[in-house]
Amino acid sequence: MTAELDAPASGTTDDSDVVLEAEGVSKHFPVRRTGRDVVKRTTHHVHAVDDVSFALRRGHVTAMVGESGSGKSTVARVMAQLHRQTAGTIRLHGEPVDVRGGRRFRAYCRAVQMVFQDPFASLNPIHTVRYHLTRALRIHGNAGRTRAEREAALEDLLASVQLTPARNYLDKFPHELSGGQRQRVAIARALAADPEVLLADEPVSMLDVSIRLGVLNLLRDLKDRLRLAILYITHDIASARYFADDIQVMYAGQVVEGGDSETVTQSPAHPYTRLLVESAPDPDRLTGRTDAPEDSAQGEPPSLISPPSGCRFHPRCPFAMDRCSVASPPRLEVGDQPGHWAACWLFDTPSVEAAS
Amino acid sequence: MSEPVLEIKNLSVDYGMGPDAVQAVRDVSLTLHRGEVLGLAGESGSGKSTLAYGMTRLLPPPGVVSGGEVVYHPQDGAPVDILGLNRPQLRKLRWSEISIVFQGAMNSLNPVHKVVTQLCDVIKAHDKRSTPASRRARAAELMKLVGINTDRLDSYPHQLSGGMRQRVMIAMALALEPSVVIMDEPTTALDVVMQRQILTQLAELRERLGFAVLFITHDLSLLVELSDRIAIMYGGRIVEEANARQLYREPLHPYSLGLLKSFPALRGERRELTGIPGSPPDLRAMPSGCAFHPRCPRAFEPCADRDPVLAAPEDKTRSVACWLHVPGAGRTAENSTSSTTARS
Repeated sequence: MTAELDAPASGTTDDSDVVLEAEGVSKHFPVRRTGRDVVKRTTHHVHAVDDVSFALRRGHVTAMVGESGSGKSTVARVMAQLHRQTAGTIRLHGEPVDVRGGRRFRAYCRAVQMVFQDPFASLNPIHTVRYHLTRALRIHGNAGRTRAEREAALEDLLASVQLTPARNYLDKFPHELSGGQRQRVAIARALAADPEVLLADEPVSMLDVSIRLGVLNLLRDLKDRLRLAILYITHDIASARYFADDIQVMYAGQVVEGGDSETVTQSPAHPYTRLLVESAPDPDRLTGRTDAPEDSAQGEPPSLISPPSGCRFHPRCPFAMDRCSVASPPRLEVGDQPGHWAACWLFDTPSVEAAS
Repeated sequence: MSEPVLEIKNLSVDYGMGPDAVQAVRDVSLTLHRGEVLGLAGESGSGKSTLAYGMTRLLPPPGVVSGGEVVYHPQDGAPVDILGLNRPQLRKLRWSEISIVFQGAMNSLNPVHKVVTQLCDVIKAHDKRSTPASRRARAAELMKLVGINTDRLDSYPHQLSGGMRQRVMIAMALALEPSVVIMDEPTTALDVVMQRQILTQLAELRERLGFAVLFITHDLSLLVELSDRIAIMYGGRIVEEANARQLYREPLHPYSLGLLKSFPALRGERRELTGIPGSPPDLRAMPSGCAFHPRCPRAFEPCADRDPVLAAPEDKTRSVACWLHVPGAGRTAENSTSSTTARS
């Protein structure tokens, strides 16, 4: 990563900035077969992620927003290669990734690290902060040769997550730390590998509201300082707007809309994104008069074992046309901002004209 | 404002006894008026759930209500002190007058009984003369009320989605038409879209049935939209209480301001947010004076020594426990106020 550090400053988003890329990635999980399935020789699958493509750029935060069960965490796990994708390609610096454990997996981990949702569960309660960080440093060969070098590395790590002075924290056990401090230790552990990509799976949703922003601001600071590419997975679209540069919206295993975060949140195009934005609490819409707009969608996300045909949102969509239940919409330009797209037939100009 | 339906007076709740007791709720007074939605906001550990369980006497040991009064005013009849009731009286009051929708309601349904059995159970326990047919009819009516198809009556909880289970819990809470419903983080486990659907329905139901709601959550932006009045808890105390609009437009307590600033806005300008420095206090070792002073950007000389009292600053419609709003609390008050405004 040291070589690329001298790359031109942010603002340019050409292809050379792309660190990690997913192309048509799908992940299906087999469902336990019932007696009848065995006889009929069929196996059902949960289509957790279907045909997802996006790119993570250096010094850029990409948010993946969706409800629970939309497959956003599976995307992170596939990107980290904790699950192997069913179909599609993941590229690190343009090279297709093919790791099945062992040395190559470790090398991949060095570049792509994960931060998990629950710092209470992701740190081992019987080990100190020092143990957690030293182990990560050793495994990834960043511990230095002498004890002094290792200590210096530990101090640097804790300083980078704003836990100073380091000696106050190094010999503490996880239960002696507050939730925010724990999550900072988990981030420090990810940084110990000196990664280029950070996959943050709901990094603040388990923390108290008053300390969430501190952790998000820390991640942003790290992104700027270390030029990390961050995938921020969240269900909170308001925090995605605050923290991320780009937003991808997931619904039922597919990415339905993407664009820069201001555009997606301020002028959402896909009916699902509109529903999501409308549903978010809005203090300016005061006291109880929560009259949802007439055309707002009802119902619940579909089963992913047998997802709906065509567009997966069509059973709930107030704008559904005949075409929606037949054919799955491709990414279509919305046209208001460059790079803003939605997978919705409403933005296919000929079909809209034909309908009207 | 309408008459009060539930008055909490100087309630204190401890965990444990003797010198090791941890004071989870300290000297809280709160009034819920008939038909209003009162929001109670605070971080985890601020004592908001303990307050709800303490006032309904649902607190499991080692929780002890160590002082105060909780007075319930029935529609007709004399006020009752809930803390002084004996078991049969309490049993009668619970659910028929005050009901609760629990935190994590998804797990509060019995997995081995059908939804209809659980709904009928509530009615049967309080109305001995009801017949199985009338109970089933009432259960169906309740399901319709919360927008679930009645053919779901014979489902088991695991056959329902999270949102539906939550609605069943709300239906159950409304079964006996109580005048107070306490909701302890009823939508925290749900997705925003489902949360919106349930809250919209709740607003409709409240308009139709006229019950009062004590809505407990950590999501202040949700409360501002939903409730009439909001009380903010920190470290076991209420630090500010005001009309929802007032609290949103001009919060007086620095903690309220910090909380409001902790939620990124989805609409309007994109601004830089800081959150609140430090972490929530440890109830076993509370800071001296105002519990918030170690994290407070505007703390000055009296804050560390003396506890501020919850009082009305100028008008009677709201109250705040902060030395900044006590005239003459210290010369330095003016200075520190002006310096912070200059900085921001």
